[in-house]
Amino acid sequence: MKRLLQSTILAGTVALFTYAPIASAEVESTDPIKITWHDWTGQFITATLVGEILKSMGYNVEYVPADYIAQFVGLESGDLHVAVEIWETTGKDALEASLATGNTVDLGETGMDAIEEWWYPLYMKEKCPGLPDWTALNDCAEAFSTPETHPKGRYLGGPVTWSGYDDERAESLGLDYEVVHAGTDAALFGEIESAYQRQAPILAWVYAPHWAPAKYEGEWVEFPRYTDECYNDPAWGINPDMAYDCGKPRGWIKAVGWVGGEEKWPKAYQAIRNFTIDNATMAALIIKVDLEGQTVEDVVAEWLAENESTWKAWTM
Amino acid sequence: MNSTVGLSSRHKFAYTWPLAWGVAFTVVAFIWIGGDLWQWAVKAPKELTWKVEALGSCTSVRLCVTGFFKFMVSNDAYIFPWTFKEFTRFVAACIEFPYQIIRSFLASGFTIPLSGGESWQSPPISWLGLTVVLTAVAYRLKDWKLALMVFLCVAYLAVFGNWESAAITLSSIAVAVPIGIVFGALIGILGYRYEKFERAITPILDLMQTVPIFAYLVPVLFLFGFGPVSAVAATVIYAMPPMVRITMLALKTVPLEIKEFGKMVGCTKRQMTWRVLIPAAAPGLMVGVNQVIMLSLNMVIIASMIGAGGLGFDVLASLRRQAIGDGLEAGIAITLIAIVLDRLTQAWASRSPAPHHETKPTLLQKHKNLLLALLILAGTTAISFVAPFFAQWPEQFEISTGQFWNDLIKWININFFDELEAVKVFLLLNVLKPVKAFLLALPWPGVLLFLALAGLQLGGIRLAILVVSCASFILITGQWTKAMITVYLCGISVIIAAMIGITIGVIASRYPVLKRSVLVFIDTLQTLPSFVYLLPVVMLFRVGDFSAMVAVVLYALPPAVRYTLYGIQQISPSLIEAAKTSGCTKRQLLTKVQFRLAWPEIMLGVNQTVMFALSMLVITALVGTRDLGQEVYIALTKADTGRGLVAGLSVAFIAIITDRLISAAAKKRKQALGL
Repeated sequence: MKRLLQSTILAGTVALFTYAPIASAEVESTDPIKITWHDWTGQFITATLVGEILKSMGYNVEYVPADYIAQFVGLESGDLHVAVEIWETTGKDALEASLATGNTVDLGETGMDAIEEWWYPLYMKEKCPGLPDWTALNDCAEAFSTPETHPKGRYLGGPVTWSGYDDERAESLGLDYEVVHAGTDAALFGEIESAYQRQAPILAWVYAPHWAPAKYEGEWVEFPRYTDECYNDPAWGINPDMAYDCGKPRGWIKAVGWVGGEEKWPKAYQAIRNFTIDNATMAALIIKVDLEGQTVEDVVAEWLAENESTWKAWTM
Repeated sequence: MNSTVGLSSRHKFAYTWPLAWGVAFTVVAFIWIGGDLWQWAVKAPKELTWKVEALGSCTSVRLCVTGFFKFMVSNDAYIFPWTFKEFTRFVAACIEFPYQIIRSFLASGFTIPLSGGESWQSPPISWLGLTVVLTAVAYRLKDWKLALMVFLCVAYLAVFGNWESAAITLSSIAVAVPIGIVFGALIGILGYRYEKFERAITPILDLMQTVPIFAYLVPVLFLFGFGPVSAVAATVIYAMPPMVRITMLALKTVPLEIKEFGKMVGCTKRQMTWRVLIPAAAPGLMVGVNQVIMLSLNMVIIASMIGAGGLGFDVLASLRRQAIGDGLEAGIAITLIAIVLDRLTQAWASRSPAPHHETKPTLLQKHKNLLLALLILAGTTAISFVAPFFAQWPEQFEISTGQFWNDLIKWININFFDELEAVKVFLLLNVLKPVKAFLLALPWPGVLLFLALAGLQLGGIRLAILVVSCASFILITGQWTKAMITVYLCGISVIIAAMIGITIGVIASRYPVLKRSVLVFIDTLQTLPSFVYLLPVVMLFRVGDFSAMVAVVLYALPPAVRYTLYGIQQISPSLIEAAKTSGCTKRQLLTKVQFRLAWPEIMLGVNQTVMFALSMLVITALVGTRDLGQEVYIALTKADTGRGLVAGLSVAFIAIITDRLISAAAKKRKQALGL
């Protein structure tokens, strides 16, 4: 945002009386493409990357802060146009429901791979040597317990709204753990930060790409590997009577757009479909922002400058 | 005469109520003990559904609401000559227009289209110019102290690098607050004039304040579109009710002599309202203005979730990356805006008419100041083309205390966690858990019985019917368990908040010096986004009920303090003098005079504390509680209108039950005291 201001000033000083063009006339429509901004860094970066690339093609772009799930209402009505990160692990149902209305369109995978699972800091391995295998969890339930849950262990799950079936998983795998839901991402990592500062026991839900796995040394618990049958068929897996007796799925992160944009800005939509970035690159960018304190704009500008040939190809 | 009659009738029925309660307790205890025999009564019933597809083919309350809503946004619902959606979009456009203009001035600058598809971007108003002008305004309205305060607050925004976000936030506040004040006051005046109208709007006001914002966020988004306008609409819905309530209360408490005087000099109804009542009620009305500003700024965070951007967005983003300090700085910026706006409006309302001049300032003189202000703004903004300093505080001179706060919390966390944990575990095991278990174990017919009895005793058959039907709604929509958790969490928090709040209010009313810092403290508490202190609370107390309770107590404290203070202060000084001369001790003065005369305000304060606590519910869902707040939050993220509104209404009904019972009790007591 500051950059925006600076560039305004720059434009003002350099060209006090020569008018700076805001958009060139080559593109199909100069109406601003509204890209949503949620509240986690990785998403800022992806949105800004996409936005800056579209700007370089001559489009006008506006970034609109919007809630991850609430945004679908806006995408369907055309108030918003593009959302760049819908995670299979957390947003699949909402995305499918939205696509079914016919008012939104799938803009393809971003190339990133969402990972989420039960996670513990490395120092917990001393107290619970059987990890990362999930069968060790019950032996260490006490180590992971708090006065309120004692003698059961305490697992801090993600926000209920992000689904994940942790209550079901604990029951189906017979884990002696109480599942507590954090409510928000911020609260979740607040507790992890707090525990990490004190080197205290914690078992919690962590996802990637995110800064947390980079900042805190830790590992994901290894559950029986996820398959579709595990979630759909109770007979599958260790517990013959219940589904969810396995780990969590890993999956795509997709972009989605308002259906009307297909005709309004076809080239822009194509560029978003071509856009691709991998986990390692994204993690590196996130770390630069969250742990090294650079601004999203600088990090994105730097990446764009260094990888011009890569992203130019997407715009063709 | 009257009192003797009352006394004898009270004697006559003296044993009826205790007896009735005794019977009720016995029945409930009986059900409780014989738990297995009365399964249906002990277990909370599931959601009531029906097989016959009546009323738009829906089979439960929840689904009917969703269905109704789908109908409203479809193209079949008409408010002649538009469809309903077109109508709301028109309202949205009416809000959007001033918003865009203000925002262009303050934050983004104007884009002026030129020929050939090109356009030219003007800069926003210079921060330096605005700072100077606001400071000057403060000086003119009051004194150099206020000017200094305003200067420091505004300078903070620039120096801490929050200017641009603050300008965006201010734009939506600048639209929402006037709408809230004007419409709130108008509705309040109508309510004062027509008692029937007052009775009709009171439940609506309760709903507006207690149905959690998240519950109507999805409908608002549907109707007003995505972006700042929806945020403004939601803000107005949330911030207006206190203005209406306080307008009615303030008009009612205008001394009779003033009203008589108005009648005597032959005022028309309109003159009576605008020339006599409103000026006389001004101090009370200003409390309402204060509340609208505070509550609007309170919505900043939630508004940013649906596209308002600005400081709220900064807070959320900081907390996401665990930058407590940065979040706090942005949060404080919100508070400072609130304080500046509030103090300026207060000063404007109570300004002494031109103290430096013998004669009243002429129109020309007034315009001179306005002209000067405009000149400064235009001048500094123009200079900002060539001097970057005028456009933005240089980044290298920005201050940040972020690291300090992070380190402070870390230090507390490492050194005091065990002590805090001990206190927490003690309270949790000895107070919270037993209360929760008790409430959850209460058989629902018993709760209904108690409510009916309380309603009957305090307000008669109509009150009893009201509270029982409210509770039944919760029952048949299948939310009983979650509602009981809500009652437990809010109940404990309200009791704690009211005890602390009233105490602070009483102490502050005695010492003017203390009063000022208390006011600053509660203003800060009320406007500092709860998210900011939620994170440290979670770090120190873990996710769970205790953290939620701490957050609710902090949030619900201000009204208890504020109304107590207001109640005690509005007691006429002559009464206090009279009490003193008749030999009251300080203690007697407090308990026998001040408390009793301030009783209506204090109860209004407690009432508001309940409302605040319930409106905080959704936020507590963010730290992981399992109450109705969580239900609403889940509904929001699934964009499930019916589920959200039903859960939201349940929250509101709990509030209404509490409110009606408290009010009835207060009224009864007042009558008994002969007030």
